[in-house]
Amino acid sequence: MSVAAVQLKVVQEKSKYDFDAVLRRRGIELPPLAIDTLQVNVSKICNQVCRHCHVDASPTRTEKMAPEGIAKCLEILERHRQIAKLDITGGAPELHPQFDSFVERAVALDRRVMVRHNLTVQLDGHPQTKENKEYLPQFFAKNRVEVISSLPYYQEFFTDAQRGSGVFKKSMEAMKRLNEVGYGVEGSGLVLNLIYNPVGPYLPAPQAGLEADYKRELKTRFGLTFNSLYTITNMPINRFKLHLDKTGQYEAYMEKLLAAFNPAAAEGVMCRSLISVSYDGRIYDCDFNQMLEMDAVDRSGRPLTIFDFEFERALARPIRFDGHCLGCTAGAGSSCGGATAA
Amino acid sequence: MSSYYEPEDLKKFADIGEHAKKLADGFFRYYGEVTGSDGALSKREKALIALAVSHAMKCPYCIDAYTTQCLETGSNPEQMMEAVHVAAAMQAGITLVHSVQMQNHLRKMVL
Repeated sequence: MSVAAVQLKVVQEKSKYDFDAVLRRRGIELPPLAIDTLQVNVSKICNQVCRHCHVDASPTRTEKMAPEGIAKCLEILERHRQIAKLDITGGAPELHPQFDSFVERAVALDRRVMVRHNLTVQLDGHPQTKENKEYLPQFFAKNRVEVISSLPYYQEFFTDAQRGSGVFKKSMEAMKRLNEVGYGVEGSGLVLNLIYNPVGPYLPAPQAGLEADYKRELKTRFGLTFNSLYTITNMPINRFKLHLDKTGQYEAYMEKLLAAFNPAAAEGVMCRSLISVSYDGRIYDCDFNQMLEMDAVDRSGRPLTIFDFEFERALARPIRFDGHCLGCTAGAGSSCGGATAA
Repeated sequence: MSSYYEPEDLKKFADIGEHAKKLADGFFRYYGEVTGSDGALSKREKALIALAVSHAMKCPYCIDAYTTQCLETGSNPEQMMEAVHVAAAMQAGITLVHSVQMQNHLRKMVL
């Protein structure tokens, strides 16, 4: 049984964290509303090994999307204008050999292209091929990509604790290079958004307050600017769950998420408007379901893939939920675009 | 090894209502209103104050709870430690200011 399947079995056995039961008790239904974002996880290789990573990404991973998969994603975007956004993630998606052409071709299709950029890949380069990635800020700017980067805090202590020794200093240098080409600079139109993740088993602070703190501190301490801050709750899966288990905090964290269930946050969960594609072309309701290998299925139970993609079939699918979904519905809610409840 | 304070007991706080429910309900309403929402002070400011008080009063339940609350309201370890120093400085100051009383009495004792 794969690691993901074992994890899924563990989550399913914890019936008190049965997300479907939570929804039923409250009379909430969460069908898909739209598919406006195609989120593609192109590669699990990364130059970092973050403690909370739900992808379990690292420099030694090898999974990456084949050229046929990239081509199929572009074909889906071309055929379906209503999928307005392409969200490229990983690992570090820039390490995929076809990353640059994927971006350029999606931009040529007039899509809003977002890249989940970890900042340090600019300076570290490719951990396996040693390819230099310092050109990325200029590449992003030329293609007017929306850059979304994780920065757990505006201080070294939390950032390095979560993302590795030296990451904070490198992140500041990388942000400086993005600012120099216009990202996060008022009036440039080049959007740089930052992501806050708690560094442990607690819920994010209110997004607006944190954004104000980050803007003030990054500007005064480092002369850096950005557009918006998104808060994302840590999902109790994969590497984060491993650390929860090792410190005996998994149950307490799940209890916290359950106690903080917010129906308003549930209404805005990202799986209602996004589909997630894995490196092998399988489709999932979100990146977290992807890492748990919970394939998205149509109404007849048939798994969805990009190779036989039908928009209406995907839109009519029932979303698959499980205990980890409590992470997206706790407190102010969580998604790839930040808090989901006011 | 058991001790007088068990971290798991913090979850049983609501059980104080077992023998005096009306009073407990009244307390939790007041407590929630004071600590759980923004007022003239923000939740974050209140969490830092509560953290400082937890240390001054030496309550391990409160220290745990308000460490988490401080993090969940956006404070960082530097701010939290400084709040503890406020409590420490207050306790030192409160001790020392009473020596004015000692000095007053000392003057009476030295004829």
